[in-house]
Amino acid sequence: MNALRRHRALTAIWGAPRGWRGTIVSVNHSDIGRRFILAAFAFFAIGGVLAMMIRAQLATPGSAFVGPDIYNQLFTMHGSIMMFLFAIPMFEGLALYLLPKMLGSRDMAFPRLSAFGWWCYLFGGSILIAALAMGVAPDGGWFMYTPLSSRAYSPGINADVWLLGITFVEISAIAAAVEITVSILKLRAPGMRLDQMPLFAWYMLITALMMIVAFPPLILGSILLEVERAFDWPFFDPARGGSPLLWQHLFWLFGHPEVYIIFLPAAGVISTVLPVMARTRILGYGWIVAALLAMAFLSFGLWVHHMFATGIPHMALGFFSAASALVAIPTAVQVFAWIGTLWNGRPELKLPMLYLLGFFLIFVIGGLTGVMLAMVPFDWQAHDTHFVVAHLHYVLVGGFVFPMMAGAYYWLPHFTGRARGGALGSAAFWLVFLGFNLTFFLMHLTGLLGMRRRVHTYSEEMGWTWLNLLSSMGSFVMAFGFALFALDVALQIFWSRRTRRNPWSAGTLEWASPIPTPAYNIASLPHVGDREPLAAQPALALKLARGEGYLAEPRHGWREAMAVESTTGAIDHIVVLPGNTRLPIVTAAMTGGFFLSLLFGFYWLAPVPLALVVVLAWRWASVLGHREDFGPLPIGHGQTAPIHREAAGAPGWWGSAFLLVADGTLLASLLFGYAFLWVVAPNWPPPARIDGGFLLGLTAAAASLAGVGLARRGLAAAEARAPIAAGRAAAGAAAAQAVCIVALLSLGVTALPAPETHAYAAAGWALLVYAALHAAIALLCTAFAGARIASGHVSGTRLLEPSVARLFSDYSGAATLIVLVCVLAPAIAP
Amino acid sequence: MLHALGTAVPALVAGGCSGPLSTLDSAGPAARDVATLWWAMLAGATLLTLLVVALLALAFLRRARQGETGAALWIGWLGLAMPGVVLLALLGSALVLGERMIARSEPGLVVVEATGHQWFWDFRQPGAEGAIATRDVLHIPAGRPVHVRIAAADVIHGFWVPRLAGKMDAIPGHVNVLRIEAAQPGVFEGQCAEFCGLDHTGHRFRVIAHDEAGWAAFQRGEGP
Repeated sequence: MNALRRHRALTAIWGAPRGWRGTIVSVNHSDIGRRFILAAFAFFAIGGVLAMMIRAQLATPGSAFVGPDIYNQLFTMHGSIMMFLFAIPMFEGLALYLLPKMLGSRDMAFPRLSAFGWWCYLFGGSILIAALAMGVAPDGGWFMYTPLSSRAYSPGINADVWLLGITFVEISAIAAAVEITVSILKLRAPGMRLDQMPLFAWYMLITALMMIVAFPPLILGSILLEVERAFDWPFFDPARGGSPLLWQHLFWLFGHPEVYIIFLPAAGVISTVLPVMARTRILGYGWIVAALLAMAFLSFGLWVHHMFATGIPHMALGFFSAASALVAIPTAVQVFAWIGTLWNGRPELKLPMLYLLGFFLIFVIGGLTGVMLAMVPFDWQAHDTHFVVAHLHYVLVGGFVFPMMAGAYYWLPHFTGRARGGALGSAAFWLVFLGFNLTFFLMHLTGLLGMRRRVHTYSEEMGWTWLNLLSSMGSFVMAFGFALFALDVALQIFWSRRTRRNPWSAGTLEWASPIPTPAYNIASLPHVGDREPLAAQPALALKLARGEGYLAEPRHGWREAMAVESTTGAIDHIVVLPGNTRLPIVTAAMTGGFFLSLLFGFYWLAPVPLALVVVLAWRWASVLGHREDFGPLPIGHGQTAPIHREAAGAPGWWGSAFLLVADGTLLASLLFGYAFLWVVAPNWPPPARIDGGFLLGLTAAAASLAGVGLARRGLAAAEARAPIAAGRAAAGAAAAQAVCIVALLSLGVTALPAPETHAYAAAGWALLVYAALHAAIALLCTAFAGARIASGHVSGTRLLEPSVARLFSDYSGAATLIVLVCVLAPAIAP
Repeated sequence: MLHALGTAVPALVAGGCSGPLSTLDSAGPAARDVATLWWAMLAGATLLTLLVVALLALAFLRRARQGETGAALWIGWLGLAMPGVVLLALLGSALVLGERMIARSEPGLVVVEATGHQWFWDFRQPGAEGAIATRDVLHIPAGRPVHVRIAAADVIHGFWVPRLAGKMDAIPGHVNVLRIEAAQPGVFEGQCAEFCGLDHTGHRFRVIAHDEAGWAAFQRGEGP
């Protein structure tokens, strides 16, 4: 097969139809990644317009441009959009587009999940923007503190829009996190050891793992607050044993890691682009990875620095203050590793490098003001003032926007296949850089002179007039800069001259593909033995195009990629990926229907879309798989490998496992909330505790354990090629889970006080509902495994469905036991 | 000439930093200590920023290639040791400073209560015959430590008098205690620091620090 025929054959397999149909059914990572990036930029523009309206309002004292009601919507939406609809989706898009190419693969591990995440993001974001257009946008500040955001003080739909819209978008973040983790760990080019991955992949792996742990507390907090608003379960109401501080803990448990989740991908861009600009290799690869791990670890131990003024004892604050300051050390390691890299190389002031210099100055200042704010006494003065506004913009714009713009100019030739001179791009840089500093440098002083955040106006006597006017002027200069950047990018996309492959002479694998990239990325997969494969083998790109790598021969119309052993990169199996399908958009639309019926209070309607989501999920899993064994198949270089359905440790199993890590974090957050209320909240002990319920509790525990045992027996029987016994065990496991659900809910009804009476009862009910929900998931998984055994999709070698069912049953069993202990303990405690 | 400049510059700086809500125009020990900490941190931050800028500039400008520089210099000394030392010193002094500021029992202590509402403040001061209630104006004696017991009636508010001390949140269901002290008699502006809804901007109050005679008169219920 020659290169052209191979190109045609692979394009037929990996491509999407043209036009609207292709838009709807495509699951290709390059398509989805590009869409994320474009949509994120559109949301960035919307958030930017809101920022300009804020600055227009604050430009002069006593301004009547907008009133406080609109102003509150403006800053709430500006923050929410920039955090949830711009920053996170932007790096998700970049990761989806780049990771398979950098890792020498053909797609992400779960292409349909990327598409589902994309549609959830688009629909959820649209709900928020529609609310903004209709004047009912959230107006409680982007961190939505209770009780201001509770029903009593925010009776309108505004807060519900935030809670439901953001949670909808978070589904896409969790989906992306699981997908990125599994793709990096499993779908790499053969031979690529973990310590030979490009640094960008390390950064994304750590970021994705952080997302898996950081987002569940926010999702839980949003669910609890929405349940309080909708059904009056008083988790945050101090009059009935709730605590407004619980929301703050849950929010910042997410909120602070979030800052590093945004910074790390951008830092990954820097570690990729900067060595190329300096024509050398990165200094201290191992140190940088160690710094990343330290940062990820520390970032979960410093959320309380957002709560220094909430009355927590000073010595406890000292711990969080120290952790907040210490996180500067891994940051310093990276900054000086980058500067050292520049010293070791021959840096050239090309356009991406210019933006990186902007990053250095702005981010260093933001980091230093961050250390200042970590000092408790200083924070007591600066907290909630414009000093903090200045600091967070220095960190986020310096630490995210500037590196991403450097990355945009660096990878644009890859997206477009075109190159362009730098005049307009450097003009944009200077406008953004100078405008940014004019806006935010002065704002430090404005804050120290006492100007609070979130005030819609101020009087002349305060002495802030000239500072605010200059800040507003700077913000408009910056806005012109961003407009110029957008124009420059558009010019490059549509009118520039074509460029050659690998125009920067970079060493990472994404530049091995022709540009713009074909749908299948590379005609054959390389064997990698170096951190910079293209630098080690300059002829690699042509060899791969000639089909001299793995999986060069298309077969059965399958989308094939290689899965490797996670640490060594040894060949593990062939992953056969799903092709174009309408399932993601339909499932996302149904998920949206569920959220919309909650948003408009149609609680009776909500089960309908939910049931449809379950049906679609069933179909989602049942359209894949085979009824026959293929055995080891040739992959090139005279080697063979089985397909993932016939191998242990398929991506689907890993994805389920990481999803359950996120789920476990949600349960841990719920247990934290239960304990926190018990210890800290006012109006405890509750008027009535759990009364009996041991028999039902024992029944639930026994049923759940029976479910676990039967799911395990089903897997063992399938492995022993006894399909009838396996099917019977799966059916028994499903029945046991049904008994468990009934017992758990009966326990609540008969023994627990009504959830509206006290936060204790509400938390107990929340735990029971959590356990029942997971028993239902285990029921569906085991029932599905049973159906697949009956239909012949499971054999002694094809064990994916029963092993995933076992995983979910095990999790549900553990969760049910923990919940039962926590719910029943107060009945025997004195 | 030089002398004139020597007096003009600090005056200009001080003038630019004054204002009814300025944390840098301190009028009490806590605010003064924080302002001092700020100026010290500003000096340190300026030096570090200049160091980074200089190293970056040299990376582009230096011509003589003396071979590769190693990880020990960049990561060991600049990345680990230098920030480690700076941060330890800073953390230690901030901890000592914070311990000095927190509420503790001490002679001459006066205890007042502040309750945040949407959108006003209720205060209770000790009087000669029971507590004296005021709205949006808090009376304290100058030169004596005052504990403000801070609560909230509806949503979270923040009690903050920038020229006297740092801020403390007013949280429904909890009572927080903040120590404030005015060095001299005077009137000090206060404001709600935590976003509290529609009229957060107008959620302001005033602290009047009396001299000894004025405080005695206030406690007897005479005059403002």
